[in-house]
Amino acid sequence: MGKVIVVTSGKGGVGKTTSTAALGAALAQRGDKVVVVDFDVGLRNLDLVMGAERRVVYDLVNVIQGDAKLPQALIRDKRLENLFLLPASQTRDKDALTAEGVERVMGDLKKYFDWIICDSPAGIERGATLAMRHADMAVVVTNPEVSSVRDSDRIIGLLDSKTLKAENGERMEKHLLLTRYDVNRAERGDMLKVDDVLEILSIPLLGIIPESMDVLRASNIGAPVTLADAKSLPAQAYFDASRRLAGEALPVTIPGEKRGIFGKFFGRKAA
Amino acid sequence: MTKVLTDARSIRIKGRSFLAVVLSPDMPLDHWLARLDDLAARSAGFFLDRPVVLDVSDLQIDKVVLKELLEQLAERNVRIMGVEGARPSMLGPGMPPAMKGGKAASDFEVPEKPVVEPEAEATEVEASEAEVGDARSNLPVVAEVRPVTQSLVISEPVRSGQSVMFPEGDVTIVGSVSSGAEVIAGGSVHIYGALRGRVMAGSLGNASARIFCRKLEAELVAIDGIYKMAEDMDPELRGQAVQLWLENDVIMAETLN
Repeated sequence: MGKVIVVTSGKGGVGKTTSTAALGAALAQRGDKVVVVDFDVGLRNLDLVMGAERRVVYDLVNVIQGDAKLPQALIRDKRLENLFLLPASQTRDKDALTAEGVERVMGDLKKYFDWIICDSPAGIERGATLAMRHADMAVVVTNPEVSSVRDSDRIIGLLDSKTLKAENGERMEKHLLLTRYDVNRAERGDMLKVDDVLEILSIPLLGIIPESMDVLRASNIGAPVTLADAKSLPAQAYFDASRRLAGEALPVTIPGEKRGIFGKFFGRKAA
Repeated sequence: MTKVLTDARSIRIKGRSFLAVVLSPDMPLDHWLARLDDLAARSAGFFLDRPVVLDVSDLQIDKVVLKELLEQLAERNVRIMGVEGARPSMLGPGMPPAMKGGKAASDFEVPEKPVVEPEAEATEVEASEAEVGDARSNLPVVAEVRPVTQSLVISEPVRSGQSVMFPEGDVTIVGSVSSGAEVIAGGSVHIYGALRGRVMAGSLGNASARIFCRKLEAELVAIDGIYKMAEDMDPELRGQAVQLWLENDVIMAETLN
């Protein structure tokens, strides 16, 4: 049975879609079967970042409403044969998603894939709650600034109350992915430091993705950053994060810093 | 013709608890009513505007007698909002609804004797005490329930958007209270972590409630309805372990060291 991961944040524009694509491609490069699912019905973007926007025929809403079968809607990546995309509908809105429909699709996907990575829409309404509802694990994407941190805090509260796992009395595994981190700005005090964010959110750190032009460049050519330029700093950070997701114990380092010194500091995980 | 629902909103049904006076009559009823008249004479208007519940669980009466009792009470301006402990056969249309699941609260204070002149008080201590004892034995029997101090312990952070409400007593949080979260307690609030949200202690009118936290970065603190915003607080206290209490309707604060 595959593992369902929701990539969520509350706030928009922090890097959910970028992270979904990058983590999906990184896990697929390990040889796992991966599907990335766009839950942002009406404002879809994952197809662009995956470079599949011209190949969308059927989408998640079609599958939920029974107009198409799941294999018809899945788009295989051109570069990695074990990476798939389930796009969202652009012409519908979030009300087209039903709890039963999403549950059925998730159940089917779990049979065929090792990882189901759900790209949540921003906000805390229907789209976001349905995206997180069936997850086994959550990746909370946060920028090192106060409004993003507070929104993430709100989302963590919802993950602990509004998901199936929470309703069954189980604990939802949550991981913090700190994106757009700039060492120099954090040191000048223009940005929150890693420890500040961890202190407020108190969930384990999955990785720190540096602010980089490589991310923008990759989405402009329609490729996950882990495929476009695997040697770049953000790609390396996403690869490390994907290894931690898969269960490897790997100390977290701040990209752009000298390894070793800070590895010591951030090797520990927050409570 | 079919009705068209233009409003998609559903009807909101909420629960709310109120404090009611419970009267437990005993047999014979005319004697009990006489004692009630006596009480009403000493404290005029005691039952006015107060919701009253009639507890008949210890009474062996039928519907006719109950109806009569309700009429007698109505004549005395005691309006019964519900009947507790009645068998279904005892209640009918036009009578108050059955109530159950009531929780005991602190007893109502009823003046036990007419107010005496201040100068007479000193000399009449013994006499008045005897009278009080007498009056007490004549009062309706109310089960004495000692209010139990309750406490709520939360061992994880209170996240933004979450609200902890506990009017029954103290709240202890082993973790932080995030910005945008709130904790409302009838008693004191103890936070073993950073307080970044809002805390209201003594919310039901308890001026001796206090707030304790390991790191004060609160948006708002309130004790017994007196509140203080972040910008009114001494900047020296920010980030410190602090306790807050109320003194003459002013919130005081000091570091815990």
